[in-house]
Amino acid sequence: MNQKTQVQIQCTTIVSLTRTHVSYEIKDDVAIIRINDPNSKVNTLSVQLQQEMTEVMNEVLGNEAVKSAVLISSKPGCFIAGADINMIQACGTAEKVSSLSSEGQKMFERVEKSPIPIVAAINGSCLGGGLEFAIACRYRIATKNKKTVLGTPEVMLGLLPGAGGTQRLPKMVGLPSAFDMMLTGRNIRADKAKKMGLVDQLVDTLGPGLKGPEERTIEYLEEVAVGVARGLADKKVPMTKTKKIQEYVMGFEFVRNQVYKTVNNKVMKQTKGLYPAPMKIIECVKAGIEQGPDAGYLAESQNFGKLAMTSESRALIGLYHGQVACKKNRFGVPDREVKTLAILGAGLMGAGIAQVTVDKGVNTILKDTTVEGLSRGQQQVYKGLNDRVKKRSLTSFERDSILSKLTGQLDYGGFEKADMVVEAVFEDLNIKHAVLKEVEAVIPPHCIFATNTSALPIKDIAAASKRPDKVIGMHYFSPVDKMQLLEIITTDKTSRDTTASAVAVGLKQGKVIIVVGDGPGFYTTRCLAPMLAEAVRVLQEGVDPKKLDTLTTGFGFPVGAATLADEVGIDVAAHVAEDLGKAFGSRFGGGNVELLKTMVEKGFKGRKSGKGCYIYQPGLKRKDINPEIEEILERFKMTPHPTVSSDSDVQYRLVTRFVNEAVLCLQEGILNNPVEGDIGAVFGLGFPPCLGGPFRYVDSFGADKIVEKMRRFEDVYGNQFTPCQLLLDHAKDPSKRFHK
Amino acid sequence: TIYFLSKTLAKPNVKNIVLVDGVRTPFLLSGTSYSDLMPHDLGRGALQGLLNRTGVPKEIVDHIIYGIVIQEVKTSNVAREAALGAGFSDKTPAHTVTMACISSNQAMTSAVGLIAAGQCDVVVAGGVEFMSDVPIRHSRKMRKTMLSLNKAKTLGQRLSLLGSIRMGHLMPELPAVAEFSTAESMGHSADRLAAAFGVTRVEQDEYALRSHRLAKKAQDEGLLSDIISFQVPGKNIISADNGIRPTSMEQMGKLKPAFVKPHGTVTAANSSFLTDGASAVLIMSEEKALALGYKPKAYLRDFVYVSQDPKDQLLLGPTYATPKVLEKSGLTMEDIDVFEFHEAFAGQIVANLKAMDSDWFAQNCMGRKSKVGVPPMEKFNTWGGSLSLGHPFAATGCRLVTTVAHRLQKEGGQYGVVAACAAGGQVFLPKYTYAQLARADTEYSRGATVQVFLVHSFGLFSVHVLCMKMTMCKSVQKHF
Repeated sequence: MNQKTQVQIQCTTIVSLTRTHVSYEIKDDVAIIRINDPNSKVNTLSVQLQQEMTEVMNEVLGNEAVKSAVLISSKPGCFIAGADINMIQACGTAEKVSSLSSEGQKMFERVEKSPIPIVAAINGSCLGGGLEFAIACRYRIATKNKKTVLGTPEVMLGLLPGAGGTQRLPKMVGLPSAFDMMLTGRNIRADKAKKMGLVDQLVDTLGPGLKGPEERTIEYLEEVAVGVARGLADKKVPMTKTKKIQEYVMGFEFVRNQVYKTVNNKVMKQTKGLYPAPMKIIECVKAGIEQGPDAGYLAESQNFGKLAMTSESRALIGLYHGQVACKKNRFGVPDREVKTLAILGAGLMGAGIAQVTVDKGVNTILKDTTVEGLSRGQQQVYKGLNDRVKKRSLTSFERDSILSKLTGQLDYGGFEKADMVVEAVFEDLNIKHAVLKEVEAVIPPHCIFATNTSALPIKDIAAASKRPDKVIGMHYFSPVDKMQLLEIITTDKTSRDTTASAVAVGLKQGKVIIVVGDGPGFYTTRCLAPMLAEAVRVLQEGVDPKKLDTLTTGFGFPVGAATLADEVGIDVAAHVAEDLGKAFGSRFGGGNVELLKTMVEKGFKGRKSGKGCYIYQPGLKRKDINPEIEEILERFKMTPHPTVSSDSDVQYRLVTRFVNEAVLCLQEGILNNPVEGDIGAVFGLGFPPCLGGPFRYVDSFGADKIVEKMRRFEDVYGNQFTPCQLLLDHAKDPSKRFHK
Repeated sequence: TIYFLSKTLAKPNVKNIVLVDGVRTPFLLSGTSYSDLMPHDLGRGALQGLLNRTGVPKEIVDHIIYGIVIQEVKTSNVAREAALGAGFSDKTPAHTVTMACISSNQAMTSAVGLIAAGQCDVVVAGGVEFMSDVPIRHSRKMRKTMLSLNKAKTLGQRLSLLGSIRMGHLMPELPAVAEFSTAESMGHSADRLAAAFGVTRVEQDEYALRSHRLAKKAQDEGLLSDIISFQVPGKNIISADNGIRPTSMEQMGKLKPAFVKPHGTVTAANSSFLTDGASAVLIMSEEKALALGYKPKAYLRDFVYVSQDPKDQLLLGPTYATPKVLEKSGLTMEDIDVFEFHEAFAGQIVANLKAMDSDWFAQNCMGRKSKVGVPPMEKFNTWGGSLSLGHPFAATGCRLVTTVAHRLQKEGGQYGVVAACAAGGQVFLPKYTYAQLARADTEYSRGATVQVFLVHSFGLFSVHVLCMKMTMCKSVQKHF
């Protein structure tokens, strides 16, 4: 049989014409359709690609000699990454977006109903529209490449899978898995996809042979896919069987209703009704299953159109673009690559930084002053990696090999080879100065000194340095392995190369990066401080921590203000509030700092000490309000002002102070642009993603309305609510917008 | 000129080391006639056979080194158990080495090292593998409970420990069928390697068929003279390998892929099978061999071990090692008369041949200017190989070296090369690869002899010797 194949391969026809994105070749009776967007690293379902694909489909399906087809991408690492977002945004009206969706539906319906079997050969990302294309095919083969991921991330852009995804996915993987995929938008690795029934067959990645590994792997995938396509046409390869038990169970209406109900409740609980897309996804799936495909497809295209016009979707798409922008190094390529990075302080932060550094192949030195501290830190790194082993995203061998690059130590040995030192020691200027001097005595001249502080001005720290051009701030967020943001702070003296190098390291660590100017609290801490001050005042006015949390999460913050304070640490919050209070004066007032200090005195430092606003018990998920805090709150009690104390007013008091401070940071030049401001607020502080960040929120909500609210609060509380000049400018002139 | 060459290949101030003779038990499919034995029984057979064939006086053997991969825990120093059982002197120290499929190569090169260092003059090396019985353990949880049970003091403690046993505890643990570092089985790796080099199913089946046909021919012509008969205690005498099965391309084509399903190309028929067997060789310094009146079969001159990425290059060792050993000794591919490469999988051999023939591979993976060059097939494994004769992991190395010596004698060649990738069949860590270069010489007999070139940094070596002395003292104390 193989010999026959070899002979057959020789009679091939290559058809390309003038198409640039899609080409095809006919090997005997199998058409191989190749996708390759010449202008991008990834393939997206753009107008051009869709048009060419339709032409190719017409030709292939019209050719009687073709008995089966294979759909494959020529790009290593990408099958189809999704629909072209710009294409959707350019539409303008819901109707246009809906028609775009129904065109997509029709194209994939044709693929699904094609008289010849079409096999999707997937290597690399197969997301959104790409996945919808793949599941319309008769059979799917995926490589076990780490880059091969399948998913429907539309929900993260406030959209839904609009080209048949909501209709086909439940049939393919079952209702529960389909909901899970579409509502979380998470990526699914090839092996998992095989188990779920999302792909039918897996193909190994290959090492170097007579060609490079990537090139040969794609070729091999194609060879296997061609074999399967031919087998399907000859009926020698059976279709993968569906999961019968699940199908049987889902056949009962009451079971399905139970599923809808559970999913609905879960979504409501998580989104607080602030995100329309998940509800619409449930609606579309339900329509398709309960009322038939026509209703399902119609619901899908119409809801897709509606969602594309929502401010939530715009906000999320804005964040997506912002995130892409913040994953680039606008300072160019640094002179030297950081190959050895030393970290001072093996606390939560230091060990977290070590973890995200060492797994990128960088030699990492973790230094602490005590064996206990060091041991705890190294355990943390081990645990972080071992959790990935448990999730099977890493093998135990890879874990050990990664850890071999981590050196834990108590002295400065090896610092002479360090290219960068990140200090994560206690937030005290004197200690930072002492450490800086010690380090500068042992590091080589090119070595960069990065300080991880959340509030101390970098120039104050750099004042003790012999070479301030090599000093920079790198503000990580805890837990470092989970929080995506890195805030880099430059002083007037920081050299461009130092900045480029810090950004390069951050990008390597997988961070989304904003680069901001120096000043007390930089950008993120400075925005958070007034909001927390307001939160303390709200507590003093008699709102209990649970209620405060409900109000903040109800506005879209993923973590409530009281919980956030516990997570950050009441001592840190007190420290920051006091420092920034000194720097900015009464504008940063509101709640009484003494309240926080009293809590710290009593040992209520937040989660780390087991008690804060809440009580934390290991193993218990439920948290109760710390009863002892009531006495403290009673002591600092203030009378609420009835005119500004409705639930909604409390929410706006918290948010407007945050937003105003963010705009002021842009006005003062701490921020380089509004995009970084939005990204920093959302990824670092949990500003409601559905609002897209403070700047997008000003655009969508209206600067005038914000100013109006602030003026009302200003009358009661004074300058803490005085809108900044830039915000006033925007309020006066509605044509002024932060985002075009 | 032959004489001249032999003089230049000998290294100044290094003793010439020779292979006096080598034997092996018949290699049998596991689960057949040997199935009730233990590993040291087979080792004993090979060692006894070597004694009988060479007539070497037991008391002059300075040391015995044996290789094994899957260890029987009761006989962890299998070298010692086999040697005592074979009637070697109880005054001769014996130790066991392991290095996956090249364990007996390791035994031989360790022997070469001992002789070169002046520690020994006469060393027996060999290897055994017994796949009819492998250690299957209780689960870790169960073992932990059982060990705690030993320490429990009261009945209450014992009962509570016994009560903690759950169904899950009773699941046995089989020897790993996957590479520890990559969690990939050897067959799976071979299939990926074949795919990477575009080796087709047909090419693999053809190569496997060739191996079986050549082995059958060698068997019929009585060329496999390294085999000594083995009397299975209480049963019949075994005197021939039983895995040689030349069939047809059609028959082989019917098999389904064994590892990568459904599109893979490696099948049971084009892979080496699980085998029971043992081998042994007698290695001496040239002076000693001559003094004892032996006509050695070969010089063992030089060797190279290389390692590479255990994931994508697991089985490509021969490609890397062969040019290295040739270049070290100033020889080229054309100078070699006999090639014996270990055949783990037909796909692996064909992939290596393709790699050796590829400029791309040489330039991109080996840092060479041009390709290594392919051994001519008429010189390559012409008496069969591991695919057909069988592959008892730790016994294969000695079979390869003895076969090179015999082929050189028979075919009248001068130089031979042995290469083996340490592929643990289905079990082990095969990132080590090994190649030996052997050279024939007419100095001792009308027939040919083999040389395996030896290199060692002497600085390093002296430290090694010191350690070895200490271990030997310990082992002597232990045994007596």
